[in-house]
Amino acid sequence: MTTAISLDNLDISYSGNRVVQGVTFDVAEGESFALVGESGSGKSTVLKAIAGLAPEWTGGMTVLGKPRGHGPDKDLARTCQMVFQDPYGSLHPRKTVDAVLSEPLAIHGLGDRSERIEKALRDVGLDRRFRFRYPHQMSGGQRQRVAIARALMLEPKIMLLDEPTSALDVSVQAEILNLLKRLRAEQNLTYLLVSHDLPVVGFMCDRIAVMTKGQIVEIAPVTALHDGAFSDPYSRTLYAASGG
Amino acid sequence: MTEPLLSVRNLHVNFPTPQGRVDVVKGVSFDLGQERLGIVGESGSGKSMTGRAILRLIRPPGRVTAEKLEFQGRDLLSLPEREMRHLRGARISMVMQDPRYSLNPVMTIGRQIAEALRAHEKLSRSATRARVRDMLESVQINDPDRVAKMYPHEVSGGMGQRVMIAMMLIPKPKVLIADEPTSALDVSVQAQVLDLIDTLVRDQGMGLILISHDLQLVARYCDQILVMNAGRVVERCAAGELDRATHPYTKGLLASVPRMNETRDELPTLDRTAWEGT
Amino acid sequence: MHAWLISDSPASRLQASAGRAYRASGMLLRNPLAVAGALIIGLLIFTAIAAPWIAPESPVGQNLSNRLLPPSADHWMGTDELGRDIFSRVIYGSRITLMIVALVAVISAPLGLVIGAISGYFGGWTDRILMGLTDVFLSMPKLIMALAFVAALGPGIENAIIAIAITAWPAYARIARAETLTFRNAEFVSATRLLGASHSRIIVRHVLPLCTSSMIVRVTLDMAGIILTAAGLGFLGLGAQPPLPEWGAMISRGRVFILDQWWVATMPGLAIILVSLGFCFLGDGLRDVLDPKSAGKS
Repeated sequence: MTTAISLDNLDISYSGNRVVQGVTFDVAEGESFALVGESGSGKSTVLKAIAGLAPEWTGGMTVLGKPRGHGPDKDLARTCQMVFQDPYGSLHPRKTVDAVLSEPLAIHGLGDRSERIEKALRDVGLDRRFRFRYPHQMSGGQRQRVAIARALMLEPKIMLLDEPTSALDVSVQAEILNLLKRLRAEQNLTYLLVSHDLPVVGFMCDRIAVMTKGQIVEIAPVTALHDGAFSDPYSRTLYAASGG
Repeated sequence: MTEPLLSVRNLHVNFPTPQGRVDVVKGVSFDLGQERLGIVGESGSGKSMTGRAILRLIRPPGRVTAEKLEFQGRDLLSLPEREMRHLRGARISMVMQDPRYSLNPVMTIGRQIAEALRAHEKLSRSATRARVRDMLESVQINDPDRVAKMYPHEVSGGMGQRVMIAMMLIPKPKVLIADEPTSALDVSVQAQVLDLIDTLVRDQGMGLILISHDLQLVARYCDQILVMNAGRVVERCAAGELDRATHPYTKGLLASVPRMNETRDELPTLDRTAWEGT
Repeated sequence: MHAWLISDSPASRLQASAGRAYRASGMLLRNPLAVAGALIIGLLIFTAIAAPWIAPESPVGQNLSNRLLPPSADHWMGTDELGRDIFSRVIYGSRITLMIVALVAVISAPLGLVIGAISGYFGGWTDRILMGLTDVFLSMPKLIMALAFVAALGPGIENAIIAIAITAWPAYARIARAETLTFRNAEFVSATRLLGASHSRIIVRHVLPLCTSSMIVRVTLDMAGIILTAAGLGFLGLGAQPPLPEWGAMISRGRVFILDQWWVATMPGLAIILVSLGFCFLGDGLRDVLDPKSAGKS
């Protein structure tokens, strides 16, 4: 089994302030790995550093065996994509679904745009009618489906998911979680999910890394959520507060 | 049961759209005594509008109508705006979702709480300061004198929400409406804030309306639950009987939340056609 | 047709953009001031195009026997000190006004837009240098600076246009920068970067389209000021040169006779007021329709 993402003693700073220190973990290809923690724990920052949106980091980082540069790059875009938290902020307000989904194809000079867009819409369970709608004509769940479709346009191997359902209603959350789970099985994707919601993580992931104050305190298998078998005191507090 | 504090019959709220006026709340009725009522629903269900309508916070062009909207026997709909303003805060208070937007950023926390008290009660300066101190202590702020001198941006989200609660409860209202009071907070802080609201409400014999999207949370902190969907109340039950809910919407909502010991491969989703039109 | 335009699920790119334009124009039509503004601007454009057919006489043809005649059936707005028909001159003057306005807009709006967007998007040193430059221009009164430029370049309508354009862009750069700052950290910009898009692609394809609507509003509202600046330069003899029928220059000539022959200065003045008002009304209406903040709610 190969490693999809490997972080070795990663420190991340924002304008000089170190917010994440000494993060080390490996995500195997095809695995679904979760970073959980409360706001300010640095979990989203790790995701951003992998994506290239938080370039001030030191340490080792490889994606699919290749060392990772500090900014976003075009090659990485083909293998690693991200879905953001806020379905209202992650789509350009003046572009139709069609324009949003054509953009990655145009950047990478891929053909068959119409077929690819139609296929992507089918994959995320959106009707063809949505193809020329603007974001304001869609609900939050539909927008998030479009954002997922955009991330899948370049057929990446790794998906970085930053709280993909926390802005959605619970019934819509269930639909999106099911969708993400089905896509992972169908396209053999690797997920790195950031969430504060332990039950969501329990549904989606194989392994969990608990973060607080910029550090990973524990990496546990998902079964720890069933029986509360966490070794670190912070993990246990978090587990108890989440109703475990 | 004694005379209810708040009595709502057939409440409607509507807003104009290019297609004519649309009801966002379609005939909601309930009574609130000295108890904790939870209103649950997803976005667009009209739960927040219901809370705002009670305090007459719906601005034109929005319109509120009701057969009856009474607080301690007084009709809220016909009350003049001046008396309504007096009632808001003093008798019925509201805690909003995000403390960062509800607190005045250029006034110290102590002054804001004192201001809330002064608007409804005439007290000497030292008495006011003592009351503010007591109140901050009762919302479990350990160092009330220091916090009173701080500005809202200097405190954390959880602390800010506790300050909001202190501000809302200092005039000793009879009814507290809490609209998603914890959804901007971390899980560990959420429980603290809700426990705090719970204790204060019990101690002062108030009525609480807790508006939230989270069924489990409402079930834990309330006595009665109203489930709203598309402007209507689809289910009302005692909190303990939530697992015996009958309406397909409530059942679907309950089932679609992932559990801590999740083993299902797929989450059941709501079949929205099942009850639409009813 | 109506149903096709307002369809919730358009079937093509064309239908989607047509539908958006239709909804926007529908909102514009419901705003009486905007309609009045649009009518005035439409009239200005029509007059400029059809000037040779509308104007009864040549704008430069002199007839010294008809000097300073008051308004009458023959000369609707009277004649000036060289016996030229003022109505015809005002009609032909609309061409000059329209040209000034259009050229200034075409030069300064894109310039300001690009500078502002680059400044806001990159931030840091780029921002400091570009905004420092902008502030230098903003710190001087527009008319004074335009005067200085015209004085340096030499009087004439082309130089007046260049001078006004140079003084107008900093305001647009400021707006574009402010607008860019509000969404430079938005998730859709990050998402596009992660797709591998270059900075220039993001600025041109994603940032600029969001700045344009507030820019259109601002430029339209500024038109009145541009017309007045141009008229002011004309009045001071630094803009259009005789015998061009520029409205500001016409007022300047009429100033000598303002007490006895009031119409010589008043008629072009009325034209300036009317057109400025038209642009202001239209700008206000456009703001209601295009402003991203109000559009977000609907």
